[in-house]
Amino acid sequence: MSFEPRIIGILCNWCSYTGADLAGTSRMKYAPNVRIVRVMCSGRVDPTFVLKAFQQGADGVLIGGCHPGDCHYSTGNYKTARRIPLLKKMLDQLGIEDGRVRLEWVSASEGDRFQALANEMTEQVRALGPFRPAAPSKPAAMEVAALAAG
Amino acid sequence: MGKQKWALYWAASCGGCEIAVLDVNEKILDIAAAADIVLWPCAMDFKYDDVRAMADRSIDVCLFNGAIRSSEQEEIARLLRAKSRVMVAFGSCACTGGIPGLANLTTKDEILDRVYIEAQSVVGNGHPVFPQPHTRVAEGDLELPVLYEEVSKLSQVIPVDYYLPGCPPTPDLIMTAVNAIATGQLPPPGAVIAGEKTLCDVCPRVKQEKKITRIYRPHQIIPEPQKCLLEQGLICCGPATREGCGAQCIQANMPCRGCFGPPAGVIDQGAKLVSAVASIYEGDTPESVAAMLEEIVDPAGTFYRYGMADSLLKRKRVGTAGK
Repeated sequence: MSFEPRIIGILCNWCSYTGADLAGTSRMKYAPNVRIVRVMCSGRVDPTFVLKAFQQGADGVLIGGCHPGDCHYSTGNYKTARRIPLLKKMLDQLGIEDGRVRLEWVSASEGDRFQALANEMTEQVRALGPFRPAAPSKPAAMEVAALAAG
Repeated sequence: MGKQKWALYWAASCGGCEIAVLDVNEKILDIAAAADIVLWPCAMDFKYDDVRAMADRSIDVCLFNGAIRSSEQEEIARLLRAKSRVMVAFGSCACTGGIPGLANLTTKDEILDRVYIEAQSVVGNGHPVFPQPHTRVAEGDLELPVLYEEVSKLSQVIPVDYYLPGCPPTPDLIMTAVNAIATGQLPPPGAVIAGEKTLCDVCPRVKQEKKITRIYRPHQIIPEPQKCLLEQGLICCGPATREGCGAQCIQANMPCRGCFGPPAGVIDQGAKLVSAVASIYEGDTPESVAAMLEEIVDPAGTFYRYGMADSLLKRKRVGTAGK
């Protein structure tokens, strides 16, 4: 069976989500691998969300925000533009490939750009293969519940 | 009520927690009055078999310091859990993995190679010798504990009742815990015996507008004693670290290193620190972002200094191209 990447798309309400919506209402076809979560601003994207997505089985995370200068809240996307690269530097130390996390700017009118991004990232993550969290060396060490019962 | 029975144990730790117990000074007499020690490998000559011979749940309290990274540590953790009514994760290593948890940024093989081949003091003859779990000698079989691939915090191995964080826990917090245990006035199970909020919440320094124009490492500047250390460009883990330590490092003009772990409600200390530090770095251009990345030399080692084993991803993925 071929590998279908699971990508979590965390998109801001005002630009990127609206751009994805435009791609949909314009009946543009794109890879169905990006599962979208809408947030009010890309500045709301706590790096914890990205880690949690991986921990719970995502193969990639796409974060979308307004172009620089366009943030509905003035500076939210600038914060994101600093957080995500720092997070990615840390993820590199944790053995997570660069291509699994992307931060992109998509405006409300750029449905075609969202379409292209969704396709591009799906292929990128497909090439990287499934994300597997590091396997614990000793599964027995996790048998907390069993011991609690005994 | 008779005297309580207490056990103290050390696993993957530096021994500082043992010293911390003695740092309560004359109050150690209160501890001696309240409890008989039945196991304390660092200080007293009891054997594992003495503990094995005890009835289950016959030890009132076990103060367990250190993370778990070998088969011996796991075995004794399970043994003490079975024998103890109350299990306290004592210190950062037991609570969140601590400094030994940083081993999760590398692999067991890399660690063994470093220690037994690459270290400058190793005299090589081309045939490196690694420790083996089983060795046969003329007198019989010798066994060594197995080193695990990764470091775990105590609660990833056995159920833990209370957490006493800190590297090491402060004498005040130790006495808070001792008094609670001795008088039976225990907090709800799972409680962390420290504050709930962040260190920043109780920090005595003057805080103005949070903006960093350049990040410094502690050896590069002598910070002003009154002003917020983050605002002076030092990475201080106060925004995502639990309070309760009395801001000791801060008062010695050193930034918080995060040993108390995340505050209540935070599941990943490192992610929160990435968020906090990146947010207040000044500059919106690609060049300023690149400068920030350059200045933060080791984000994983800095933001997860005590919490790697406790983090969402727990360890570096093995078998990938990551550096």
